[in-house]
Amino acid sequence: MSTDNVKRAVETPDEPMPFAELGMKQDEYDRVKEILGRRPTGSELAIYSVMWSEHCSYKSSKVHLRQFATKAPKSDALLVGMGENAGVVDIGDGWAATFKIESHNHPSYVEPHQGAATGVGGIVRDIMSMGARPIAVMDSLRFGGADAVDTRRVLPGVVEGISHYGNCLGLPNIGGEVVFDPCYIGNPLVNALCVGLLRKDQIKLATAPGPGNKVVLFGASTGPDGIGGASVLASATFEDESQAKRPAVQVGDPFMEKLLIECCLELYAADVVVGIQDLGAAGVSCATTELAAKGTGGMHVDLNLVPLRDPSLRPEEILMSESQERMMAVVRPDDIPAFMAICEKWDVPATVIGEVTDTGRLVMTWDGEVIVDIPPGTAADEGPVYERPYHEPAGQSALNADTPDRLERPADLRATLLQLLGSPNLASKEWVTSQYDRYVRSNTVLAQPADAGMLRISEAIAGAEPTTRGIALATDGNGRYAKLDPYAGAQLALAEAYRNVAVTGAKPLAVTNCLNFGSPEDPEVMWQFAEAVRGLADACRTLGVPVTGGNVSFYNQTGATAIHPTPVVGVLGVIEDVAKRVPSGFVAEGLRVVLLGDTREEFGGSEWAHVAHHHLGGLPPHASLEAERALATVLVEAARRGLVDGSHDLSDGGLAVALAESCLARGVGATVTLSGDPFVDLFSESAARALVVVRPEAYEEFASLCGRHDVPCYGLGHTGGSSLVVEDVFEVSIEELRETHEAALPALFG
Amino acid sequence: MSAARVGVVTFPGTLDDQDAARAVRLVGAQAVPLWHADHDLKGVDAVFLPGGFSYGDYLRCGAISRFAPLMDELVPAAKAGLPVLGTCNGFQILCEAHLLPGALTRNASLHYICRDQKLRIEQTATPWTNAFAPGQEIVLPIKHGEGRYVADADTLAELEANGQVVVRYLGNPNGSLNDIAGIRNAAGNVVGLMPHPEHAVEELVGAPSTDGLGFFTSILKNLVDA
Repeated sequence: MSTDNVKRAVETPDEPMPFAELGMKQDEYDRVKEILGRRPTGSELAIYSVMWSEHCSYKSSKVHLRQFATKAPKSDALLVGMGENAGVVDIGDGWAATFKIESHNHPSYVEPHQGAATGVGGIVRDIMSMGARPIAVMDSLRFGGADAVDTRRVLPGVVEGISHYGNCLGLPNIGGEVVFDPCYIGNPLVNALCVGLLRKDQIKLATAPGPGNKVVLFGASTGPDGIGGASVLASATFEDESQAKRPAVQVGDPFMEKLLIECCLELYAADVVVGIQDLGAAGVSCATTELAAKGTGGMHVDLNLVPLRDPSLRPEEILMSESQERMMAVVRPDDIPAFMAICEKWDVPATVIGEVTDTGRLVMTWDGEVIVDIPPGTAADEGPVYERPYHEPAGQSALNADTPDRLERPADLRATLLQLLGSPNLASKEWVTSQYDRYVRSNTVLAQPADAGMLRISEAIAGAEPTTRGIALATDGNGRYAKLDPYAGAQLALAEAYRNVAVTGAKPLAVTNCLNFGSPEDPEVMWQFAEAVRGLADACRTLGVPVTGGNVSFYNQTGATAIHPTPVVGVLGVIEDVAKRVPSGFVAEGLRVVLLGDTREEFGGSEWAHVAHHHLGGLPPHASLEAERALATVLVEAARRGLVDGSHDLSDGGLAVALAESCLARGVGATVTLSGDPFVDLFSESAARALVVVRPEAYEEFASLCGRHDVPCYGLGHTGGSSLVVEDVFEVSIEELRETHEAALPALFG
Repeated sequence: MSAARVGVVTFPGTLDDQDAARAVRLVGAQAVPLWHADHDLKGVDAVFLPGGFSYGDYLRCGAISRFAPLMDELVPAAKAGLPVLGTCNGFQILCEAHLLPGALTRNASLHYICRDQKLRIEQTATPWTNAFAPGQEIVLPIKHGEGRYVADADTLAELEANGQVVVRYLGNPNGSLNDIAGIRNAAGNVVGLMPHPEHAVEELVGAPSTDGLGFFTSILKNLVDA
């Protein structure tokens, strides 16, 4: 079969091309013809179709995402912002951290193990391509109902995929979330986060400057994996034909990725890399167009030189293949021998496939014929931009009017606590997290079930002074809150992650986000998206934490039914002296138990309404951002001065669940007294609250610190004993709490 | 006196090598990196084979690593008495190389398990455990998918009779026969362990225990006394 080439395209201007099958609209195709002044070749169509897909071009979300830049708070910490493979923040003492969260939702439904595994692999390569050593991962997961038949297929596969890939890579998994809700049946969410560490003067960028510099493809060979994966899987909605799409999911090889990590770090240290880009969605198409567009502007690639796992692959397929564990580097010709020697040491195959030019064109050849000749920026940066119509969903007012006030309140609060603690969303996630290595690399200061994961900064990099610093990371998101009010829901997701970082003693610094929504072509979904982005951008400004990057996942819906809008927010913080980190929960007997923040009657979208009544209605808790900011200031300052010995954030399930989890942390009980309506005090989910334990002699100083920042501070009681006692309400032994908390997931998943 | 030199081996896919080297340095010994492709033990006084997924654990855990050039040097040296400790994947490699009897197979639960595990030190007459008291109970992390120790009945009986069981699980996490978490060879110089002492050596990080230090102070004491 002869390959379509530029000469032929000029000669046969009217030949019909399968743009619609590749997910391209007529007007998009017309624009390609206008750009090229002729019809595209098959290979060019492959490039434009994947690069202009929703997944790669953000064509429906771009106009909204701009707010993250226009509303961004001033931050001295931001070194690299949105638009690169991952954002980079200054964490002090010459160190920088790069972090990002990304979705792999659709592949994880089709093939849970490989879908989730390659989700980890992809985000790790993003971090590597910034010049960093990946140092930890986290996962934010959403599944259908815990007792649903398909959840028993999807969850074990996803967990095993993350476990296998992450453990084999040698990256500690230090946190994340597992949430169940029937809305995610058929559309599980697998959002993978990776954080990396580098010296702040050693940032690498995806750029190909310098005509004559060589383009090197290294890592795994290219096979038929995930051809059209990004465009087919991420841009189309599932109906019932997922079987037919199975081969579209990529297969991961974590061993190759581990070699790639060590190989890349040695290449960086040897200073033989001018620019670098990982190959993820849209593979060679994406890497070549993006590198060329950000560099001198031109590149010549001989596609015959791409090492193939399957020699029958056509050039269009090579361009679209999403084979994993591949990277592309731009290397000075003189450095090629040193580059190749390092690759050989790590058994990583590397091949020069082209070079940088100053023609302003990306030119590719196959069997000596020119099959691609395009201005790279038109594919990489100048994709279509849609102002999709949006309006408030028809049922939104009715949903907001259906408040939890009408729900019958429990008489037995002890039973309610146990009911919540044993429900899938609040039960111990040890069944999941015990499958992840949280210790490898020996820098893990805090890991799940702590509120945030924390790592010390300890990497042997030449010229780096030892530092006492550490970083903390948390991800949060509440789809029920966002369903009730996407603006507030996104703010509450940020607030919770921000708070989770602060309770460990780390100062929140920067944000990444993964925005999981239904179809952008549905104006009601688009409204949820627009509101969530607006809310998050506003909240980032108020809290002083810029968005550094992230990912949008649309089309999370089955038929006409979309998932709850689920913005997942990751916050990174810094602690100056990692030895002063605040551990989770009641760490010793004889400490004062102190509640920070005010409790209002807020049950809309609460865990109680969900578990006890299967109810979702009303409005979510008020997002008190100024109060969050004050609370974080107190928590960070208190940690620095050694005033608090343990802490825990209040969120799902309110004070009752926070107390129970704090008892379970070290098996230390507590006796507390409530002042208001016990049900509201125990189960309301008001934001901007945290629980801390303080040595009696430090209490006065701590209380005055709270006073200075207008953070309400209530002494509830003391730690001690082997049960949780709520005076005049109930007593429950830690043993019973533990049994209830730990039994749920093993009972469901074996 | 020059510091005791403990070699830490890196195969492709080894993960805990930096951790092991840090633990070695923490007790005042010198950590010497050993590379799988070199026929060179660099004259070290002892060797630590760390955990990980060497060669991706393809074929069978440790099955490819045993053929690495470095192993051509390590196997005869171990047979001649060089102290060797293999943890996790290192233990699997020692079994594949027939420096230790038996094999490590898939956990009974069929899941990878990462947890802080209670253990009992059964044998202190090894260069790696002499700092412990016999019967001492300790906590170390385990993190493996294939840690279920198996051997035929005769081998098990021999291990028990000769005092070759070094560490036993208290609350068997993976279905290991006789609750075996670690063994030594007949001579006592080669020890294999599924738990990870290198992740329990500092208050600040890793497991909530520093019980792993004993393995490193043991080898240091052994080398200094020798």
